[in-house]
Amino acid sequence: MHTTSTLILILAVFGASSVEMVEALTIVVAAGVSRGWRSALEGAATAVVVLALLVGFIGVPLIHYVPIDTLRVVVGALLLVLGLAWLRKAILRASGHKAPHDEDRIYAETVAELSEDGSGDTGGAGGEGAGKTRDGVAFAVAFKGVFLEGTEVVLIVVSLGASQGRLGLAALSAGAAAVVVAGVGVLVARQLSEVPENTIKTVVGVMLTSFGVFWVGEGAGVRWPGSDLAILGLVGFFVLVTLAATAWMRSLLPVPTSVPSSVPSS
Amino acid sequence: MTVLRRSLRAFGDFWWDFLIGDSPEFVLATGVIIALAFLLDEGRLVATLVLPLVAAAFLLASTYRGRKRATAPAPQEDAPASPVSPPTV
Repeated sequence: MHTTSTLILILAVFGASSVEMVEALTIVVAAGVSRGWRSALEGAATAVVVLALLVGFIGVPLIHYVPIDTLRVVVGALLLVLGLAWLRKAILRASGHKAPHDEDRIYAETVAELSEDGSGDTGGAGGEGAGKTRDGVAFAVAFKGVFLEGTEVVLIVVSLGASQGRLGLAALSAGAAAVVVAGVGVLVARQLSEVPENTIKTVVGVMLTSFGVFWVGEGAGVRWPGSDLAILGLVGFFVLVTLAATAWMRSLLPVPTSVPSSVPSS
Repeated sequence: MTVLRRSLRAFGDFWWDFLIGDSPEFVLATGVIIALAFLLDEGRLVATLVLPLVAAAFLLASTYRGRKRATAPAPQEDAPASPVSPPTV
């Protein structure tokens, strides 16, 4: 019975963590390449430790001291806001109404910004000369990137983990995603734009929204048909809504016929 | 002190961006869904149908609003670029 919700919990946390970690990794790689790897990695590692502490300090008391129904309504509300926002963004990007998230551009901008901001401790790009001194800028940029992107993951881990009493499993899924993304990052270095971020974001958005609706209902006393299996039904429903919305929004995309420089079609 | 202030501001910015951001209607949607969940818990089947439908309705409305805003700037007479935001790949 609980296998369905556990599986979706793992997938949702893993997916959300992957997306956010790709964004964080872009910043860390940029800081490492332009200012030196030692300080960038230290900044990233410090942020991960702070995030893990946050999960422990916020998640554990939530499970033990907040009534489960109240927790589910609050958690459901947070997941709904987050899930709907992710879906909206994903639909707008998939239908062409919003520019896709461009990791290459973010990477180039961050490198340029950091390179202009003094030479750091590396004595130049590539970070080969990373010495014994710490580069405060690289540390701060990497810390900030990982911390800000990771805060959303913490929220999802705590929300989903606490509402199902599986905080450890949720944290483990997020950790696994971070390891996988870091591994991929080491292999592909700067080609993070290859990651199908919008697709992952769509899938996670569907899951978060489904969980959100489910937990709000459950916390308010609604009995879902099939209990946890209803989550699968909700996932299917929101997949259909997302596909329909994407197709609808595509059809609303204005055709650029009035571009003066375009080749005349007739 | 400055660090503390900056941290607090970053924390506040995060929550503002998270809850409101460019789609404040989702906070309203969540409030409506919670209210309906409590109001409809007696009619269980109705609630299980209504809650996802309301979420979907708000999603569609918000996405449509995002589309309108994305293409809202009127094309200028001498603008060199296309009036439609081009797909930047």
